[in-house]
Amino acid sequence: MSSANTSRPAFWRGARDAGPFLFVAGPFGALFGVVATEAGLNLAQVMGFSVVVIAGASQLAALQLMLDQAPAVIVLLSAVAVNLRMAMYSASLAPYLGAAPLWKRALVAYMNVDQTYAVSVLTFEDQPQMTLAERLSYFFGTCLPIIPVWIITTYIGALLGEAIPSDWDITFAVPVAFLAMVAPALRTPAHIAAAAASVVLAIVFGGLPYNLGLMPAGIGAMIVGAEVERRMGARFTPPSGGAK
Amino acid sequence: MTGWSDTSIWLIIVALGVATYTIRFSFLGLIGNRELPDWLLRHLRYTPVAILPALVTPGVLWPASAEGSLSLPHIAAALVAVGVGYWRKSAVLAAVCGVGAYLAVNAVV
Repeated sequence: MSSANTSRPAFWRGARDAGPFLFVAGPFGALFGVVATEAGLNLAQVMGFSVVVIAGASQLAALQLMLDQAPAVIVLLSAVAVNLRMAMYSASLAPYLGAAPLWKRALVAYMNVDQTYAVSVLTFEDQPQMTLAERLSYFFGTCLPIIPVWIITTYIGALLGEAIPSDWDITFAVPVAFLAMVAPALRTPAHIAAAAASVVLAIVFGGLPYNLGLMPAGIGAMIVGAEVERRMGARFTPPSGGAK
Repeated sequence: MTGWSDTSIWLIIVALGVATYTIRFSFLGLIGNRELPDWLLRHLRYTPVAILPALVTPGVLWPASAEGSLSLPHIAAALVAVGVGYWRKSAVLAAVCGVGAYLAVNAVV
């Protein structure tokens, strides 16, 4: 705790910078709580998902596939595949936080979600003079408006879900939530091509039983996105942040 | 939940949690500073936009509640969510408008 004094401002800076994302994490936590409860999970299971997994997209993916009565292996593989992007987050934080003690890195990993990652890595890139202690405090600061809010709003959503009459079918909200998450991420022609390929391949493979078509469609669409990016020339900033 | 025992639901939760944590811990915890090859990064970058649309396409085009036929409210909700999300760059606004579109079309049809 010797670094607490110097790193305290960094913590609050992180909390402030991540603050606006409260309005992303909150509604989606509530949405997961409502939908999962409506789908028939009990309160402990709903909270279990949000505390153990903390990854809304993969939680909703697992839920959708369980509703579709997909085999457990497909549920898991698909939900894990949705989270593979986090390997990239992990790799890109390593140059900034890799020297921290193991238990701190283990804690960072637990809370390394889309919003905490995005806010932190942009700041680390922008302010290379930050010390390791400041970076850690900053990262934990970004968690403050995200992780507790995610868990609390899941709980509120689960209570709401119990109050909603069970003959209301709100499973239509799951595709809407996903598409709402994906659409703002369609930043480049490569992203648009990947998403379009994803839909087309899902229709092509739609006849396969047990949602077996999802993996070939997903992998095919990843290849399309990567190939379009490659042909258009590498215009992205490497996520390691090394080259500016 | 129909078709799933409590035990199998918990197994899914724990297995998904462990796998997700392992992915998050991977480079930060074990592999350290080593760079991922470019081709792999290029593919990983597209995982969400490549997998999520394929995941929801059947639920939009052939929802269980419509017994496998096209459902206008589902399609309207999807198109509005994509359109608003792309145009306004806001997931929350897109979700709200998508749900609104579903309810509006459902009331009319």
